[in-house]
Amino acid sequence: MDTPLLSISGLTKAYPGVVANDDVSFDIKPGEIHALLGENGAGKSTLVKMIYGLVTPDKGEMRMNGAPFAPGKPSEARQSGVAMVFQHFSLFDALDVAENVALGMENPPPMRDLARQIREVSETYGLPLDPSRTVGTLSAGERQRVEIIRCLLQDPRLLIMDEPTSVLTPQEVDILFQTLNKLRSEGTSILYISHKLEEIRALCDHATVLRLGKNVGTCTPSQRTAREMAEMMVGNSFAAPEARAKALGEILLSVKGLTLPAPGSFGTPLRGISFDVRAGEVLGLGGVAGNGQDELLAAISGERLSDGGSITLKGEDVSRKGPTERREAGLLSGPEERLGHAAAPDMSLIENGVLTAARRMGLLSNGFIGWGKARSFAEEVIERFDVRTPGPGTAARALSGGNLQKFVVGREIVQAPDVLIVNQPTWGVDAAAAAFIRQSILDLAAKGSAVVVISQDLDELMEVSDRFGALNEGRLSQIRDVAGLDIEQIGLMMGGASDMEVAHGAA
Amino acid sequence: MIRLEKRPQPSQAWTAGSPLLAVLLTMIVGGLLFAFLGADPFETIRTIFWDPIFGEFAFYYRGQLLVKAGPLILIAIGLSIGFKAGVWNIGAEGQYIMGAICGAGAGLALYPSESVLIFPVMVIAGALGGWLWAMIPAVLKTRFGTNEILVSLMLVYVAQNILISVSTGLLRNPDGMGFPGSRNFKQWDAAHNAELIAGTGMHWGVVAAFIAVIGAYVLMSRHITGFNIRLTGEAPRAARFAGVNPARIVFFCLGLAGLLAGVAGLFEVTGPAGQISGAFNAGYGFTAIIVAFLGRLHPIGILLAGLLMALTYIGGEAAQTTMQLPGAAIQLFQGMLLFFLLATDVFTNFRLRFGTKGVA
Repeated sequence: MDTPLLSISGLTKAYPGVVANDDVSFDIKPGEIHALLGENGAGKSTLVKMIYGLVTPDKGEMRMNGAPFAPGKPSEARQSGVAMVFQHFSLFDALDVAENVALGMENPPPMRDLARQIREVSETYGLPLDPSRTVGTLSAGERQRVEIIRCLLQDPRLLIMDEPTSVLTPQEVDILFQTLNKLRSEGTSILYISHKLEEIRALCDHATVLRLGKNVGTCTPSQRTAREMAEMMVGNSFAAPEARAKALGEILLSVKGLTLPAPGSFGTPLRGISFDVRAGEVLGLGGVAGNGQDELLAAISGERLSDGGSITLKGEDVSRKGPTERREAGLLSGPEERLGHAAAPDMSLIENGVLTAARRMGLLSNGFIGWGKARSFAEEVIERFDVRTPGPGTAARALSGGNLQKFVVGREIVQAPDVLIVNQPTWGVDAAAAAFIRQSILDLAAKGSAVVVISQDLDELMEVSDRFGALNEGRLSQIRDVAGLDIEQIGLMMGGASDMEVAHGAA
Repeated sequence: MIRLEKRPQPSQAWTAGSPLLAVLLTMIVGGLLFAFLGADPFETIRTIFWDPIFGEFAFYYRGQLLVKAGPLILIAIGLSIGFKAGVWNIGAEGQYIMGAICGAGAGLALYPSESVLIFPVMVIAGALGGWLWAMIPAVLKTRFGTNEILVSLMLVYVAQNILISVSTGLLRNPDGMGFPGSRNFKQWDAAHNAELIAGTGMHWGVVAAFIAVIGAYVLMSRHITGFNIRLTGEAPRAARFAGVNPARIVFFCLGLAGLLAGVAGLFEVTGPAGQISGAFNAGYGFTAIIVAFLGRLHPIGILLAGLLMALTYIGGEAAQTTMQLPGAAIQLFQGMLLFFLLATDVFTNFRLRFGTKGVA
């Protein structure tokens, strides 16, 4: 245990205008799970890319088992025993599991042997997976297993995992953790990248925290509270959302039996979704990605029209009205995808303000855009939501993810909606910005708006919501008060347990 | 190793500079080409770019400049609005022909009336003709999801056949002693699109082109419809989120382009061309595509690009007659302009990196 498996010293990588990694040093011991923590833009991805041979460092060196290690490309890193599971899967939907695994290998064995190997590995590590299934039919958790098995077949000494639990249900997370623990007991080291502090506390032996490209400390997560680690990440303590006074008003948004066919061959149909949201209330909708979240948002925003009577806003049927009319009536929305959906990448923030605020904020007269007013509106959003940008004329794509997210969420909130529905409002946003956005959502509800938050981050939903429901294959579970819910019940709701008998029994 | 790296913001300098650089590169490579053909490259470039404006016979050529630039600008303005929205109308040539046929047909039906309303009626009929021809790809695209590039392009050849048919049949001059071609509008005052100021080449089509430039500028920079068009082109999903109906954008863009091309055809047939004949169309509808891109899809840019392209037409003709250069060389020259423009345009959004991937 004396020689570390991978020793990193003084790694530095600068991009034009930003130092992504500045003199980063730490060691990964054999057989440990080492967490890499940091806000977005802290330099985690760059660091991992250097280890995996995708990026060459400017300065510093790495040693693998004492020998110099400078992979020029991923295949060299793989030969040295480094394997990586990316956050975004690179799988072909139309091929089966074994074929996908073979595509990632340098010298794939004959298909029949490979299928046998996959079965062996999946049994050994408790990752149930049938090699002959078509990948298109797999859930996100199962797809991740394909990626993990692909790595394990190389018999790695170091496995890098980039935010592996972001797409998993609590039950799937348990299975993954068992697998990782088993790997650790066999001497494999794991470099585990995540935002989720509780997870890291439960799983990891050591954690290295990056902030603005610098290593700000290594700690033993089990001996620290999540709050302490968050403060290391953020640098200053961030405000935890305040509790709010409960004074619920009338029903502002009512959805009844909302059913829509899937928009394309890979979409999810909506099946009889019903819920009400009252003034002053936040309804949290959880569920694993791809279970109808995008489709629900599109149906409520007006991008897709549904059957008459299925969506009622303040007592008026809006199901056959388009996005513009719904906005005028007070129903605003924020889709998940920032670039390309919520905002046009090459357009300025002023223009992106006009995108949803044109009519509601009176930026038009006789169809002509008042650019002066549009600029003031963008400036107001930038100021109130602390969007870091050189100015309102900057193109949306030039902003970092967190800043753009603050802008697109802020754009809707500044318009003072009666009903706001947002999907993944803090996705890929650093902790401080996420806390700010959540607080804005709570403030909006406190002023008497009805808010629907769709998210895959359960902690976030527990924090902001009054009531909680989960989407599963386009169906909505029963909606329950957040007070008194435990993770077990949530898992069952997300897994689509149609009757809540078990959960009731457990409660 | 040389790599392309995406710029965080489109470069202002390159947006403005790339057309100039493209013109320069075209001159250099074009000059080389002419040298290989045995002509003096400097002499040739001067004949094409300088003489028509400042040379001995400039008094004749200057008028031609507006005559050629008018229809190019008019059509290119319509196309550019569609291109901004990602609606690729390649069939302006067909819309131009159909506008000319319908406008001329409406006028000839009333021959020999001398009413002052004749010409306005013809303009409206021409606009309708181009608009209707453009509605075919629009309807097919929105109803059945066909590709507007293919449909609009193929309709050009249909229009050409209709043109040949009517010039030898329906619209043939009854007093033409059997020659193909319609009556000559230059000999019918009420329908003649005459020069407004003698010697300048300024006719109603050129006036329409200037109005179109201003109108397009206001539409695209100030009006919500123009905003929605740009939004649709840049981020279709964001446009749908904003509440833009994509089918309406397709109808608007194709319709407007067809309308402007149709009007351009009518002004041409009643003015510089004079009559409907089998070879009446001169490829303006295709050249306008180059003009639209050369002008960065911006109205003012298109105005300048239209004049430049007209210059290469006129200068090219001059080079053919005075220097005995083949016509194909001139077309190649025009094509090179678009080629270099697209090539230099890459640098608006990307920059070159001469970085070696250093080993640590």
